[in-house]
Amino acid sequence: MEQVIGLFNYWIVIFLMMTGFYIVIARRNLIKVVIGLNIFQTSVFLLYITMGKVTGGTAPIIPPRIVAQHHHADEHAGAAHDSLAAETTQPAKSVAGELATQTEEIIYSNPLPSVLMLTAIVVGIATTALALALVVRIREDYGTVEEDEILALDIQS
Amino acid sequence: MISPEQMIGVSIGLPLLALALIFLFGKHPNVREACTLIVSTLLFAVVCGLAGHVFAGERPEWRIGEMIPGFELGFRVEPLGMLFALVASGLWILTTVYAVGYMRGHHEQHQTRFFGCFALAIFAALSAAFSANLFTLFVAYEVMTISTYPLVTHHGDQAARNGGRVYLGILLSTSIAFFMLAIAWTWFLAGTLDFKQGGILADAYAEGRISHTQLGVLLGLFAFGIGKAALMPFHRWLPAAMVAPTPVSALLHAVAVVKVGVFSVLKVAVFVFGIDLLHTTGVSVWLAYVAGVTILLASLIAMTKDNLKARLAYSTVSQLAYITLGAALATPESVIGGGMHIAMHAVGKITLFFCAGAIYVATHKKNVSELRGLGRAMPFTFAAFFIASVSIIGLPPGGGSWSKWLLAVGTAENHLYWLTAALMISSLLNIAYLIPIPVRAFMVVPQAGTVGTESEPAPEVPRQWNIQEAPGMCVVPLCVTAVLSVLLFFAAESIYEVLLPITTEG
Amino acid sequence: MIANQLPVLLIVLPLIAAPLCVLLGSRRMAYPLALIVSWCTFAISIALIARVMQTGPIHYDLGNWEPPYGIEYVVDYLSGFVMLFVAGIGAVVLAYAPRSVAAEIAPGKQTMFYASYLLCLAGLLGMCVTGDLFNVFVFLEISSLSSYALISLGSTRRAPLAALKYLILGTVGATFFLIGVGLVYQMTGTLNMEDIAARLPTVGGPRTVLVAFAFMTIGLCIKMAVFPVHTWLPNAYTYAPSVVTAFIAATATKVSVYAFVRLVYSIFTPQFAFGLLPLDTALSGLALVGIFAASAAAIYQENVKRLLAYSSIAQIGYMLLGISMANQDGVTAGVVHMFNHAIIKGGLFMVVGCFALRLGSVQMEDWRGAGKTMPWTAFAWALGGLALIGVPLTVGFVSKWLLLTSALESGRWGVAILMLCSSLLAIVYVWRVIETLYFAEPSEKAKQATEAPLSMLIPTYAMIGCTLLFGVWTTYSAGLAGRAAASLLGGAP
Repeated sequence: MEQVIGLFNYWIVIFLMMTGFYIVIARRNLIKVVIGLNIFQTSVFLLYITMGKVTGGTAPIIPPRIVAQHHHADEHAGAAHDSLAAETTQPAKSVAGELATQTEEIIYSNPLPSVLMLTAIVVGIATTALALALVVRIREDYGTVEEDEILALDIQS
Repeated sequence: MISPEQMIGVSIGLPLLALALIFLFGKHPNVREACTLIVSTLLFAVVCGLAGHVFAGERPEWRIGEMIPGFELGFRVEPLGMLFALVASGLWILTTVYAVGYMRGHHEQHQTRFFGCFALAIFAALSAAFSANLFTLFVAYEVMTISTYPLVTHHGDQAARNGGRVYLGILLSTSIAFFMLAIAWTWFLAGTLDFKQGGILADAYAEGRISHTQLGVLLGLFAFGIGKAALMPFHRWLPAAMVAPTPVSALLHAVAVVKVGVFSVLKVAVFVFGIDLLHTTGVSVWLAYVAGVTILLASLIAMTKDNLKARLAYSTVSQLAYITLGAALATPESVIGGGMHIAMHAVGKITLFFCAGAIYVATHKKNVSELRGLGRAMPFTFAAFFIASVSIIGLPPGGGSWSKWLLAVGTAENHLYWLTAALMISSLLNIAYLIPIPVRAFMVVPQAGTVGTESEPAPEVPRQWNIQEAPGMCVVPLCVTAVLSVLLFFAAESIYEVLLPITTEG
Repeated sequence: MIANQLPVLLIVLPLIAAPLCVLLGSRRMAYPLALIVSWCTFAISIALIARVMQTGPIHYDLGNWEPPYGIEYVVDYLSGFVMLFVAGIGAVVLAYAPRSVAAEIAPGKQTMFYASYLLCLAGLLGMCVTGDLFNVFVFLEISSLSSYALISLGSTRRAPLAALKYLILGTVGATFFLIGVGLVYQMTGTLNMEDIAARLPTVGGPRTVLVAFAFMTIGLCIKMAVFPVHTWLPNAYTYAPSVVTAFIAATATKVSVYAFVRLVYSIFTPQFAFGLLPLDTALSGLALVGIFAASAAAIYQENVKRLLAYSSIAQIGYMLLGISMANQDGVTAGVVHMFNHAIIKGGLFMVVGCFALRLGSVQMEDWRGAGKTMPWTAFAWALGGLALIGVPLTVGFVSKWLLLTSALESGRWGVAILMLCSSLLAIVYVWRVIETLYFAEPSEKAKQATEAPLSMLIPTYAMIGCTLLFGVWTTYSAGLAGRAAASLLGGAP
């Protein structure tokens, strides 16, 4: 039971993935195929986003009070710290690292998968837009969006 | 003067120079032809100079560099290759003269492409002759196939296309499927592809990395992969290539293309396998029998052919198998006999093809049955034909008699008496399909209307000699080569001595 | 200063120039901009590879964020090699493009064409140099989307349909790849390729890793057009404009092969891919089937572009054969064949474009006898065809020879023999076209044709000339590929 309930996000991902994939393969209407593709891609978004959630984790935003504390610490550290921070070669990670150690007690969800999926969603939108534009062209040229009718028209000509 | 190493580079480069000049002066036929003749004469001179060094015992080398990581292009001249190079470069001059006469007499098209591809083919022949390793040999072999395709399909009609298909189909397929595989296998076994005295496979065999049967298979891959040696059943390309104009048939199929084939077979037998390995393991005996069958079968087929060029083509198939036989017998005599036959057959066969072409130019006749009495109109042609036939048959004073003798000795040494018989029978067959041609031409009284060109048929039977030969540029070369085939008879001993080192060097 | 930023300039230059092409409004200005940018990109790639050959792999951190948190660009022998020829082909094809584009693409869409072309180039180059796995997906989609748009610019009504089919199959493939990346991220917590390679063996749960690898492999197989998921390729290549086919056929599938090589050799290691799973057998089996099936299909085609498309599927099979051998020579063979096939196919499709311009058709019926009226173009086909067959002194021979020796070295005799037999099929379909060009009576269209314009002939001959040049002088093709293979098999990416 643990397997089923605990991993319910994966079950949903799989369900959506298979639904979308089935539509892509089995449906003959081009618009439906594009929708199916969309559903398929959405399942992957869910895979990543749910993977980012840590049990008991909160939104990955550093609380303002800790940022303020760090600022005070910075000012008191003096010129050396400032000049260090001013050099562009100092990797940003070390600053973040400092903050991270201070916020160890707080459990955060992983922000990275959501960020990755922002990119993927944009890609998905672009794909869908392009696909629909192509379908519009096809509709203009062939007069139909049913694949078998298009095939028949192609064989005729 | 220039060093032997530089001579190698010069002799490989001169045909390429000719190629460039031919295309440069394509619009001015006389300049173009003059370029070819000058360059080919220069080439022969350089090759002769190189021969002086090589036959004195030197082995000049020229390594170009790695074409593929681990495999290099290189040249190293030894007596067998030197002989082949002499034959190819010498006959190039004569064939160019002949070709000029033929192509102009026939008003052929695309002459620039013709002479250009000729030069490229000679380049390939010399590269093969001087090759230092199997890799270089393979590259030159393929270049020759590709460069001769436009020559074979010169007429550009359906017949040419079909002939070209068979030609390219068989040659490329055998070289890719068998020859390339055999070379890769050899490299895998021996770690090198260099031609070495005594072969490079002996160690692999001794260490057991290749079994007895596998050695036979490897030999078979080489023998059938080198399709230019026209071993049956991969011989069909040779008759199919007769759609080409006769000068092409003459040089390429009597001298360059087929000789690259049998030359490669000899090189593989002597410098990759090694005579000793072949002799002690006896893996080449089956090949000797295949060669013997080819000799007989091709001669029999030749007898049935009425078309003169077809008859000569099958005769070539049969004669090439002599050389393969020499390689397969794997004794010093047979190998030297095979090498010698390269020269003898080249000169003899080129004469026969020259004659066939001259007959066609003068009278437009292609079939043997139409040649009765023609000797009275074309005495030089048929006299040359007769002399060359004698050499091909293997009778003194034709040069071919010496090479046949050595081969027969080789069969006897191996106790393969069936093959000795095959050699004898094939000589008889050669007589049967070659001698009647000049005999009928001279002895038989011509029928009315068979003598003379198409435009002016002879009104009645003339008993006197009415000489209407082909153009001089066609007749002179064939006379020269006919005389050469007799001269080679006397030079045979020198050739023997020159070739001896390839079998004995340690 | 600029020298340090070259890896990112490689991508940024075409990326910024693409919308500029559209914004400039007129196609007379879009083309020169695109041409200059593509040649600058090529120059940058030469500079990069020169530096790599002198001082070793270049690691460039994007925005100065250190990996593994930041994205880095890695130019080493393998990625540099692929980047070099992709940029080169992009530049040469664009030099060839204007006449062909004017004839085949509607005037209003030409600026879009140049923009999409640059985007595709940027996407492909990005895929080559990036060192971050998710970044591979992003650039994969950039190049794919722009190639869908490019293909749909074809002049017949089948072009958008072919583009849509490619889009559907390609998106499924890219999404599979994305799933794989996600699973890998779950197991290792990082997206940087080097870091993943370091962490993978220590992670528990090999099944997730197996599934991740499987998803990524299948996704890439779709993009590589491996049999049997190759069905998008013939239509896409046939109905696209000639310039598009020339560019995409030469580059897109090769970059996917590169991604696959990275996956197997740098990230998952051959021991995992070939040891744990019998991927080498499966891959070489599929590759051989693809080679024979596709070559056989090519023989029966009447449309020359379709013939070359099937030929491309077969040639991808050769690359995969080499990669599946997992020894130095095999990987070298697979990698160098990427380059060799790119220039051969690029050149051949450019020849097809020349014929399409003058004859107005790519059906063999209409090409009959064109050897007489368009001798230079026909001769270019003959040379490219010889390279495709694998005649010595051409690049095709280099690949075939390396494949042959590597097959024998690993004891795969069946593969060697089958590979040689398949070359014979190539002779048939190449020679069909040669015979049509030279031996048939000229068709109506051929009689009226004149020789292709110099602006198209010169780039075509440049490409075809490369097939001869690099067939003899292999220091930079097989030599570089050999170094790439050595570094891959040595272990370090």
